[in-house]
Amino acid sequence: MEIQENKSTLEVIPRNNEKIKKIWKTAGILLAITVAEFIMAFTMDRGLLLYFLFIALTIWKAKYIMMEFMHLGDEVKPLFYSIIVPLIFLVWLVIALVKEGTDIFMMRW
Amino acid sequence: MSAHSTAIGVSSKRGVWGGGNEPLKASYGKLMMWFFLLSDIFTFAAFLISYLAIRVSYPAYAGPADSFVGSNEYWPIPELVFEAVPFLHGVHAPLVFVGIMTFILISSSVTMVLAVEAGHRNDRNDVVKWMLWTMVGGITFLGCQAWEWSHFIHGTDGGSVLTYINSLNREVTETVFGANLTVNEYGPAAFAQLFFFITGFHGFHVTIGVVLLFLCFYQAAVGVYDKRGHYEMVEKIGLYWHFVDLVWVFVFTLFYLI
Repeated sequence: MEIQENKSTLEVIPRNNEKIKKIWKTAGILLAITVAEFIMAFTMDRGLLLYFLFIALTIWKAKYIMMEFMHLGDEVKPLFYSIIVPLIFLVWLVIALVKEGTDIFMMRW
Repeated sequence: MSAHSTAIGVSSKRGVWGGGNEPLKASYGKLMMWFFLLSDIFTFAAFLISYLAIRVSYPAYAGPADSFVGSNEYWPIPELVFEAVPFLHGVHAPLVFVGIMTFILISSSVTMVLAVEAGHRNDRNDVVKWMLWTMVGGITFLGCQAWEWSHFIHGTDGGSVLTYINSLNREVTETVFGANLTVNEYGPAAFAQLFFFITGFHGFHVTIGVVLLFLCFYQAAVGVYDKRGHYEMVEKIGLYWHFVDLVWVFVFTLFYLI
């Protein structure tokens, strides 16, 4: 057996600047949303509207992370849905537990 | 993959039921990583939704923000609790430090996706470079969290006067500094318990992530993936690392903003 040099035998494909640009663009969007959340935390009154906006922006950010960074959008549809559809259960969990929490609040105070 | 003739990946030689088909067109490792992450999403979701439920079961602080004092009678306003920054003792800087932490974690997610992109191109030098930056980001984040915890546990200069039932089962009224699992100066006991539990579990995931990143970085650097012929491991570790970032986005909103 010959002495193997620690050198790549795979062919290195040159950079695709468009792809890299898209990554930085997504990063910019994520940062912009976070900065917007920050500004809202200090300029808007606390209340349901603000909470709703925070959660909507968070889910928007989550969408970018899953679709662009985790490439879930590039997977085939069956895989995509097998990850996304089970999350529907969480909608019910939120409704059930927030109801539970407000009921405990009514009992205590 | 090239053996697949139809859109859903049915092998032309063996047909639908002959085995060897890849309907999801992803490798075993990547699929299992996705299903693990799905289960982990449920774990974190259970924690965070419980946080929400416990939070709405307590009254919110209703008075003006500048006269806020910690009490176990109502839930605190997070921006008045998380307002300290290292080296700036006594300076009121609400959410600044946690903002920096968020920035660090999102940046490390970006460098990770650049490493994955380099892996697709079999570019070892770029993979090693971006993995290293991702690790730096992860370790910095952990350092920040350690400081945050330390500050949370030791508390402010003034503390808060609370009436609570201590570990000897006696009701006491005294000045409380910092936080532990029984009592804390910021709000109800559940506030600190949930903080420790959820950010701790997330920090544990980040720690595991840094270890995985290091192993992946090392293997890439010594040429294991070149010999293997592909850089898929970078992709799998990348999925995990992005997930950690994903969870932080929700922790940030629920703990620090709402």
